[in-house]
Amino acid sequence: MDNTYYDPKDLKKFPKISEWSEELGAKFFDYYGKVFEEGALSAREKSLIALAVAHVVKCPYCIDAYTQDGLQRGITKEEMMEAVHAGAAIESGATLVHGVQMMKKYDKLSM
Amino acid sequence: MSTQSLHKRKNKLSETENQLEILSHGIFANGELPTFKQKIAETNQFPLRPKKLEILQINVGYMCNQVCSHCHVDAGPDRKEIMTKETMLQCIDVIKTTGAHTLDLTGGAPEMNPNFRWFVEEASKAGVKDFIVRSNLTIIEANKKYHDLPEFFKKHNVHVVSSMPHWTKGKTDKQRGEGVFNKSIEALKKLNNVGYGMPGSDLKLDLVYNPAGAFLPTNQASMEKDFKKALMDDFGIQFHNLFAITNLPISRFLEYLIASDNYEDYMYSLVEAFNPSAVSNVMCTNTISVSWDGWLYDCDFNQMLELKVASKVKHISEYNEAVLNDRDIIISQHCYGCTAGSGSSCQGSVA
Ligand code: SF4
Ligand code: SF4
Repeated sequence: MDNTYYDPKDLKKFPKISEWSEELGAKFFDYYGKVFEEGALSAREKSLIALAVAHVVKCPYCIDAYTQDGLQRGITKEEMMEAVHAGAAIESGATLVHGVQMMKKYDKLSM
Repeated sequence: MSTQSLHKRKNKLSETENQLEILSHGIFANGELPTFKQKIAETNQFPLRPKKLEILQINVGYMCNQVCSHCHVDAGPDRKEIMTKETMLQCIDVIKTTGAHTLDLTGGAPEMNPNFRWFVEEASKAGVKDFIVRSNLTIIEANKKYHDLPEFFKKHNVHVVSSMPHWTKGKTDKQRGEGVFNKSIEALKKLNNVGYGMPGSDLKLDLVYNPAGAFLPTNQASMEKDFKKALMDDFGIQFHNLFAITNLPISRFLEYLIASDNYEDYMYSLVEAFNPSAVSNVMCTNTISVSWDGWLYDCDFNQMLELKVASKVKHISEYNEAVLNDRDIIISQHCYGCTAGSGSSCQGSVA
């Protein structure tokens, strides 16, 4: 894995971020762990949300992690792809809705 | 997916020394990962020793009507190893005298042994408390001569334990073969119809979940909930418990791991998920496994790796519980599969 920004093995080193800032690292992992516990949403639902967001923020580490997590939970590939589409729809919608701003500006500046 | 066993394909993994070589070299020899022995020594659990014998697991043959891609037995229609009546008689003698409360018949498809029914009848007279048959479900549908198995099981109050990798067709068929899902569903309905798996019923029907791929099972209880809901909603099927079992890196699952370039990552996941408190409850601590030809092993996995018990007593014909119990259990890196996460045994989670 030379000369690339991403190495899959780095995911396993994630906990190491605490070494350079123990307190903040610990607070983050504590928070992270709590977020994904069963709550008003099931851990299964949260896993699918995480997968969708992983795609939107384009994090290959999280895509690996939550694809694996989904498989472990018995989530099907159809469910996973629907989650990715939900993320993609929001992401493209967010781009397109700015089109309204563009249209308004265009109209304002045009005779 | 291959339709033949490693054995028939003369694949190099059919030689168990090649499997053991893979498991003890590479990442375990170069120090990247600790060996299982090192790992359990850290928590003072080496050597692994048996506790009181509770389960006698008898493998009556490697012949099977399926060729599942994860099969640790390397079973299939082309495997001819079958326990003889003579060895069965030796097993029955032992069943009568042993302190074990559970008899666990496995294979292959145990029902394909021509003496299977006779053995069940004789063994059930010996009065074991829990008499398990590991049925792959599709055998009930495979041929007319097996159609009455649900009634036969009921007559002898056999506890049926069956594999089901997922509640959807796609995942199940991918691991266990085309058409397996629909046949399994039909078989489960028939078992339900005679009373198996119904709430409050004494006719126990449990399912076993093995992940269909290079990942570990998640929490057994939440998986059971999902399985129960899906099988009930989609097919009106009921069952008692779901056992979540981790696939051990041996035999055809090892073949898959290597071919899909997942072996190292999978071993990493197993080692990372190592749970020291699962060690004292692994299956080999309360089980003896008997092979089709009567040899004794610490577990079904060691049987497939041809690692006979480290005891003077090595064969069912010379069975002696006291001598056998005074032994060290033979371990290798495949044992990480039994101690990952909540642990895994033929009875599911152990920690
Ligand atoms: S996993 Fe079970 S059903 Fe599948 S081939 Fe092996 S013994 Fe047969
Ligand atoms: S593989 Fe067998 S010997 Fe190893 S821990 Fe599991 S049950 Fe025990």
